[in-house]
Amino acid sequence: MGEFKVHRVRFFDYMPTAIRAMAFNAHTERLALARMDGSVEIFNFTDHYFQEKVIPGKDSRSTESLCWVGGRLFSAGLNGEITEYDLENLRPKYSLEAYGGPIWTIISNTQGTQLAIGCEDGTVKLFEVLEEHIQFERNLDRQKGRIISLSWHPSGTHIAAGMMDMIRVFDVPTGHAVQRLLVDRGFGGSKSQETVVWSVAFLSDHTVVSGDSAGKVQVWDGHTGTLVKTHLVTKWDVLALSVSKDESSVVAGTSEGTVIQFQFIAPTLHQQQDKEWVRTRTFKNHTHDVRALAEIETAIVSGGMDTHLVVRPLLEKFDEKSHASGLRKIHFPHVSTEMAEITLVSNCLKKAGLLLFQFPGQLELWRLGDSDGHGKPGDRLPLKRKPEKLLLLKRKGEDHICCSALSSCGGWLAYSTVSCVRIYRLQTDNNNISITKVSKLPKALRSAHQLCFSSDSSKMFAASSQSSVLVIALTQSECKYVHTLKPKSGSRQPIHLMTTSVDGKWLAAANSDCEIRVYNLQKLKLHCIVPVYGSCPSAMGIHPTTNNMTVVHADQQLFEYSIVEKQYTDWSRKLQKQGLHNVWLDRDTPVTHVTFNPKNPNQVVLHDMHMFCIIDQSLPLPDQKTQFYNQMTLRSLSEQERPSHLHAFKICKTFQVSLLFLASLLDDQSLVVVERPLLAITSQLPAPVRQKKFAT
Amino acid sequence: MATLFEGFTLCGLVQTQSASDSAIQGIELDGDSDHAVVTDSTRAVTLYKVSDQKPLGSWTVKQGQLLTCPAVFNFQTNEYVVVSDNKVIRVWKEEDLHLDKAFKATVSADVWRVHSAPGGEPVVLFQRGAVRLLDSLLSAPQQPIEDILSEEEKEVIRWSTNIVAEKQHFVLFTTEQKGEHFLYVQRLNPNTLQKYRLEREDSRAPPLSFSASLRDKHINLLYLYPNGCVYQSVVAVQGPVGLEGVQALPRSLRLRLPVGEGELGAASAVALDEAHVAVVGMPHPSARTGKDFLCIWNTNFQTLQADKEMVGRICGQVGILRIVWCYLGKLFVPHGKALSVIPYECQKSSLASALGKLRHPGIAVSKSSVAIPSWNTLLHGDQPQGPTKIVDSRKSVLTVVHLQPFQTGPVEEVRREVEALVSRGDAQDLQLSVGRLACQLVARSQVETAFYAPGALARLVKTQCLCHSMCPDLLLLALEHKDYFLCQLCLQLFPDIPEVVTCACLKTFIGNEVLQTPYSDNLLVPHLKDLNAPQVILFLQYLQFIYLKYSQDVYTQTPVLRSPTMTQIIDWVCLLLDAHFTVLVMAPDAKGLLSNLQSFVKSQVKLFSELGKIEGSLQELHKMKPSKDISQYSIEVIELF
Repeated sequence: MGEFKVHRVRFFDYMPTAIRAMAFNAHTERLALARMDGSVEIFNFTDHYFQEKVIPGKDSRSTESLCWVGGRLFSAGLNGEITEYDLENLRPKYSLEAYGGPIWTIISNTQGTQLAIGCEDGTVKLFEVLEEHIQFERNLDRQKGRIISLSWHPSGTHIAAGMMDMIRVFDVPTGHAVQRLLVDRGFGGSKSQETVVWSVAFLSDHTVVSGDSAGKVQVWDGHTGTLVKTHLVTKWDVLALSVSKDESSVVAGTSEGTVIQFQFIAPTLHQQQDKEWVRTRTFKNHTHDVRALAEIETAIVSGGMDTHLVVRPLLEKFDEKSHASGLRKIHFPHVSTEMAEITLVSNCLKKAGLLLFQFPGQLELWRLGDSDGHGKPGDRLPLKRKPEKLLLLKRKGEDHICCSALSSCGGWLAYSTVSCVRIYRLQTDNNNISITKVSKLPKALRSAHQLCFSSDSSKMFAASSQSSVLVIALTQSECKYVHTLKPKSGSRQPIHLMTTSVDGKWLAAANSDCEIRVYNLQKLKLHCIVPVYGSCPSAMGIHPTTNNMTVVHADQQLFEYSIVEKQYTDWSRKLQKQGLHNVWLDRDTPVTHVTFNPKNPNQVVLHDMHMFCIIDQSLPLPDQKTQFYNQMTLRSLSEQERPSHLHAFKICKTFQVSLLFLASLLDDQSLVVVERPLLAITSQLPAPVRQKKFAT
Repeated sequence: MATLFEGFTLCGLVQTQSASDSAIQGIELDGDSDHAVVTDSTRAVTLYKVSDQKPLGSWTVKQGQLLTCPAVFNFQTNEYVVVSDNKVIRVWKEEDLHLDKAFKATVSADVWRVHSAPGGEPVVLFQRGAVRLLDSLLSAPQQPIEDILSEEEKEVIRWSTNIVAEKQHFVLFTTEQKGEHFLYVQRLNPNTLQKYRLEREDSRAPPLSFSASLRDKHINLLYLYPNGCVYQSVVAVQGPVGLEGVQALPRSLRLRLPVGEGELGAASAVALDEAHVAVVGMPHPSARTGKDFLCIWNTNFQTLQADKEMVGRICGQVGILRIVWCYLGKLFVPHGKALSVIPYECQKSSLASALGKLRHPGIAVSKSSVAIPSWNTLLHGDQPQGPTKIVDSRKSVLTVVHLQPFQTGPVEEVRREVEALVSRGDAQDLQLSVGRLACQLVARSQVETAFYAPGALARLVKTQCLCHSMCPDLLLLALEHKDYFLCQLCLQLFPDIPEVVTCACLKTFIGNEVLQTPYSDNLLVPHLKDLNAPQVILFLQYLQFIYLKYSQDVYTQTPVLRSPTMTQIIDWVCLLLDAHFTVLVMAPDAKGLLSNLQSFVKSQVKLFSELGKIEGSLQELHKMKPSKDISQYSIEVIELF
């Protein structure tokens, strides 16, 4: 098919932050995950663990704990505030000062009528959950020492609270502490240190399970306050506990990075009635502290200091090996524009690419390097010019950047936080770059989930609340509000993908309800809605010449939709009829970008975290018997034999495990690959707790 | 490996009139795994708490009445069931004080046994072979009971049991009729009865004991004959459908126990798991007759795994065929004046654990062609044959050979005869005859102190058909006579020398050979403790000497057969130090030796830490290799096809 020049970019210092808390909503099967920087991510477990929403972080916000009440999400943190999130507009709905000092934990009762928080000042505060708000109700008996962890008995009558050196059981109606369970300290040197009860779990049969900083998982009888069993599982801390829905299993996360499972089973075959909590399995998928855990129906979900989210399926819950039974590690944002916007423009004068990197706190603008050599496949070309950082733009305010965009002429730069949008004018002459902030912005433009420019840089589009898109006209002198593209009906979920056609006629916007709307920009009207498919779109792109839109979904399905004819193309129908190859469907990271080869209209370029793929629509589709990864085979064949073995999916895995972004082609058959090796992320983590190795 | 732990007496036994009669009819479990329901041979049922050796309750029938079947526990209703005077079924609960006041029902035919097992309803087996579920029988006690076994043909039940599989319930019983033995398999729900004929043993003697167990959807029946043969027959749980009449029951020989002179009187074998069989009432292969032992044999390797002498006669009674019970890791053996409970443990056996560790690979290879397959040869012959034919096809050479010279002839004649025998016999026959011959010669030497035939014995050992468990006294005899040549031969060629004997050899001489004997660490250490300090020091000095010798010419060392490897030497040093460290620290003449060893250990630790560092560095190098292009930016050319 041909040779490509690949710009391998490894200077993108993207660093995800540690996972702090997790809450799984069994009803909607959504996992909410809080990171150290205050951001909250929502994963849809019914749709291939797709990360469908990200609420950007804020400097002063520190989330310690998350809690679902029905479909509503609450968090509490060391800033002493309780926050409810607006999941449609991806921002905090309101924050409430609890007046108890830093808050360590937040929980709700099973009925969803009350919230309880554990505070530094030793109080457990109850809040009533109202329709649009929450209201302080009362305090339970104040204790000496901070309340680190809480667990509500399923009946709602009692609360267990983990503290320093002890666990308290409260009677909720009276507010009195009815039990005091003393937790032993560690041995040796740690004897003088207080034991922190990092996590408690209150089971229906009044069993209390606790995990503490002395490395113990303890089982207590909540009625009598007696210790039933102690499992010493680590020399370091047991940080998190999670109970399965049927209460037959408890998992504990430790500082060593292990997740240890305990099951309520009979220890011998002969006495099936006498069940006890027995330590059964140990999973080691983390290198650092496991701070957050959730045991769901078929898997254990864990996350912590080493920043990645692990979904470890419980294989006994699966009858056969399937897509769902494989281990998942989620390292990078699924929609890369959410946290690391990378835009490539070809600068007309210099024929050079510009890259925009988005970090939570700043934007970086880079110019790619250049070489004028030619080489054989496998060669590394000598650099004529090194890449250069042109600009570093720090954000104002406490809110983190949630999206950004660079116009294709390189003249406009924009970013948005949850509180404001900023647009800059860029001018480059020779090697000097000047930047001017556009001072007057239309009032309607307050915040955006997504930003993009039209290809001729005359308009900017901002995805706003309730799935609407603002159209802003840009001229040398001013920014003017033109129109709001607003759906009359349908979903109010936020837009997470947006793309325009090169001819400036079409704008497509996808939201997390899986709807893709196509607007006619000349008439400023809704043109059509792409038939809704059951899985969330993870990437899309409009072909520069045919205006066919390629959409890839979280379940790896691929469609091509003709915007002009308002129907799927013949190629797409053929692909659906034949079915995608199993190897393609079994991949475990979603496609995050779709782009096209300007030299060859038949070629669609897309990529996920492990590979990039060029789909040549002129070639036959692979059937299930075809070898899917066939590049090595093709290489070994002679030129005469090759054509009979070709198929449409050309996969390159040279840039492995780290591929974050692949930009569109420059005009001389070049690709830009931005890599962020996992090793580079791991090396920036603090050292794990010391693990003694034999003979060292 | 299997272990017999220290036992304890559950209760005393009343001596019955005839010494061979058992004072116990049966021992059954009830709902509590620590309980045992013991029925004596006359009138009493006693419930014991086993761990406390304490009776919890006792029930007796009136004088003049007789319990005719062991009491069982109905796991579904938590009641006990017993039969008195063949026809009266009594049912009571633990809290009932008097058996007379308990529920009773008289049935219309004589009952042989009531059987019960967890997960199934109790079943009643009548003397004439009919089977009823207890519940349905008690609902109409006087219902007519059919005859399965005909009275005229004098077919009588000898033994019975029941087995509850997941969904199926079986009653198994064996009968005797005119010297022939049959096995009946009665399946319940739906009821089918299958009759099998047991193959007749050459001696026409009846089997001494039966034991049945369920494994892998098959019923395994294990039975012991007075000549020491333990056979196994397998009956599928599913059973042949639509097969009428009597079928032959194929059998395979699992074990041939040494019975010494004559035949076994009362003995019993019970299967503990796939590989282990407990046998009571047979003489120990190396002890004099007249004493009864409880032994655990490994049937896969035909090795004696554990043994325990049982004081007093094992109580047995021909016809009852049951003198050992086995429940949940405990063996119940009535003997002498007591009922003993002996906990046991069987670990999964493998060839490695049966042979011990540290077989020198060189030796193993050189011998494997003979020694290792000899287990198989011993068991099944060289070719896989039909299991029933094994015994018949092997006519021992010994039956042909004149035994006379071996029993009375002078040493020289014995040697000649042995030579002749060995050169004549083919490999398969040798296995058996050599073993017997060796045992005979050893036994004769033990009796006649003047007689010792080193040449003949050495020749027998050299056939490589012998192993230690076949003739356990041989090596000890050689040691006694200070016949180091024979000892060395044995140490070289026997794969299964017990650790205690290895240590005994160590005490008398130190050789290359002892170090190479296979052993298991934790079994050897206690025996090593028997060595005294000077012996240990001498041994350590010797080990140090060969270690130094080796480390000097480690590069020139060629693999010589019969020289221990470095690892073997180090292992022995470690074991010795483990066993005797405190003694050695106190002994002044061990000081130099210990400090030498310490410096040697130091140097080893240093070496290993250096090696560890090198390994770390090498791993780093390995890691670095793929990331050769660690630069921040590059432009590369790739080609896609």
